[in-house]
Amino acid sequence: MSVSNTATPRGTESGRGIAPDTVRYNREVPGLGDPVFDISDLSIYYGANKAVRDVNLKVGPRQITAMIGPSGCGKSTVLRTLNRMNDLIPGARVEGKVTYHGEDLYASEVDPIEVRRRIGMVFQKPNPFPKSIYDNIAYGPRINGLRGNMDDLVEETLTKAALWDEVKDKLKESAFALSGGQQQRLCIARTIAVNPEVILMDEPCSALDPIATLKIEDLMYELAAEFTIVIVTHNMQQAARVSDRTAFFTAGVDDAGDRYGSLVEFDETATIFSKPADQRTEDYISGRFG
Amino acid sequence: MSTEAPEAPAPEEPRRGTLRSSKGRMADPLFKWAVTACGTIVLVLLALMVLRTTSEAWPVFAKEGFFGFLFGDEWTSGGSRSEITGTYGAWPFIYGTLVTSTIAIVIALPLAIMVAFYLTHLAPRRLAKPLSYTVELLAAVPSVIFGLWGLHWFLPNVLRPFFELLEGVLGWFFLFEGPVRGVGYLAAGIVLAIMILPIMTAIIREVIVVHPIDQRMAAYALGSTRWEVLRHVVLPASFSGIVAAAMLGLGRALGETIAVLMLIGGSQAWGASLFGTGSSMASHIAATFGEASPEARTALMAIGVALFLVTMIVNILARVIVWRLGRMTGDAAV
Repeated sequence: MSVSNTATPRGTESGRGIAPDTVRYNREVPGLGDPVFDISDLSIYYGANKAVRDVNLKVGPRQITAMIGPSGCGKSTVLRTLNRMNDLIPGARVEGKVTYHGEDLYASEVDPIEVRRRIGMVFQKPNPFPKSIYDNIAYGPRINGLRGNMDDLVEETLTKAALWDEVKDKLKESAFALSGGQQQRLCIARTIAVNPEVILMDEPCSALDPIATLKIEDLMYELAAEFTIVIVTHNMQQAARVSDRTAFFTAGVDDAGDRYGSLVEFDETATIFSKPADQRTEDYISGRFG
Repeated sequence: MSTEAPEAPAPEEPRRGTLRSSKGRMADPLFKWAVTACGTIVLVLLALMVLRTTSEAWPVFAKEGFFGFLFGDEWTSGGSRSEITGTYGAWPFIYGTLVTSTIAIVIALPLAIMVAFYLTHLAPRRLAKPLSYTVELLAAVPSVIFGLWGLHWFLPNVLRPFFELLEGVLGWFFLFEGPVRGVGYLAAGIVLAIMILPIMTAIIREVIVVHPIDQRMAAYALGSTRWEVLRHVVLPASFSGIVAAAMLGLGRALGETIAVLMLIGGSQAWGASLFGTGSSMASHIAATFGEASPEARTALMAIGVALFLVTMIVNILARVIVWRLGRMTGDAAV
């Protein structure tokens, strides 16, 4: 796995599966530095079923890490362990270690509520609350007991989420009046309103049209200057376009016939899409499988 | 009609037969009229009930005056067959009904919401199903059983000691002024709360079980506690359903007769202390109807009219609340 700080501008090398022009953002891949997350030997169980096995992965600060792979490969499950959303699923438990800035996320004294306040999440389907646009943004700061000017915070947050110009005249209207893409950007804004360090995105564009998708990708790219982003996506082009590093997961079947997901390869995105180390990665990104 | 069907497949005009009704042309209009008639029966029954009770009660309203009857607090039955000789003021009974129902709803509503939230979101799956069934089963227990259990077990073993404690601590406050007799408004209200809890829980459960999980997940992902998710996400979205449940519970509490009769104490007095005894409208009717003189019977009819009015006002108020707040939050269900 390459953890070097040497600059590898993306898009300089034509990938085998991805045309070079799909690389929209040219920037140097930031180093892993002091990793935000360090996942070692992570396995996740649903009841007795060991659904994800032996994942090792580091997530670097202020960059975009993509998780790709076919259905059932465990990428979303791994994502949900990063802010302990799996706690809400009955029967789910983890084995191995996930640290956040060196602190064990699953230590008994860690409060999952506090974890989620630092590590936000955006979901597959836009899921605004049935409240006004304003109140959607204000929800998080309010439950966190913010004492400050809420109006300013709402404006600042919506501006950051590139939504302010579109909604500034209808802040009191229902969030449901927005288009799907706007709703998803509102959900991103709602997440950054509590000023988390990390934003987890679980296939954030799978319910959106291509134009709305590109807007979200632009937004992610901009947010990566300030936030650490981990995105799960079905869309390989998306991973190639926005991410700095990519983790490729795959689904396998063990000797007992149980399906499980595991990590195949983790590297800089340009490397994954141009000269992957593993044959399975190459098969997947070149469309021969999955 | 149907007998003509076999003649239809004449090769030249196959279409004519197929356009004819196979069930008879009148079946659908008939069904429509039948259903409309059924719907109308409800209205007719309601109108008859209102008219009949009001006209029977008329002499009492005529003598006491409408508001004099509602707010007068002396109830002395006369024995006349043909005229109204006693004094009939229903306020002690109206007061008893309002107080016991308020106690019941104030206790039962938050409890029902909590129980429903537990059943839908927090209970282990193995426990949730049987618990839900138990709740529904409780809703079917006849009220006389609640009354008996309340009077012979719950009151002496739980409520009385609790009342005495309450009186000792808060006795200076007019609502909890002694003496504690056991039976009274508070005892009746608490047992009423237990009675209406199951039906309210069952309805609220139905409402919040359909609450979309993705909104709860969004709230949890923002670092909400379970309480915050319930308070800020689930409850606002389920508001109209919860009001409906509260209304059903309140309706039952307002009209409940036997259990209240057994626990409220049956006096004709009224007072601010919740430990005081009294009667509710329904319990007073049930307690005295058997031996009532013809004129007192007329007065009891008038209480019936008043009870009907109170119930109707409460229902209308609830509709208005749902409508007003629903418009504010943009709740599509209203």
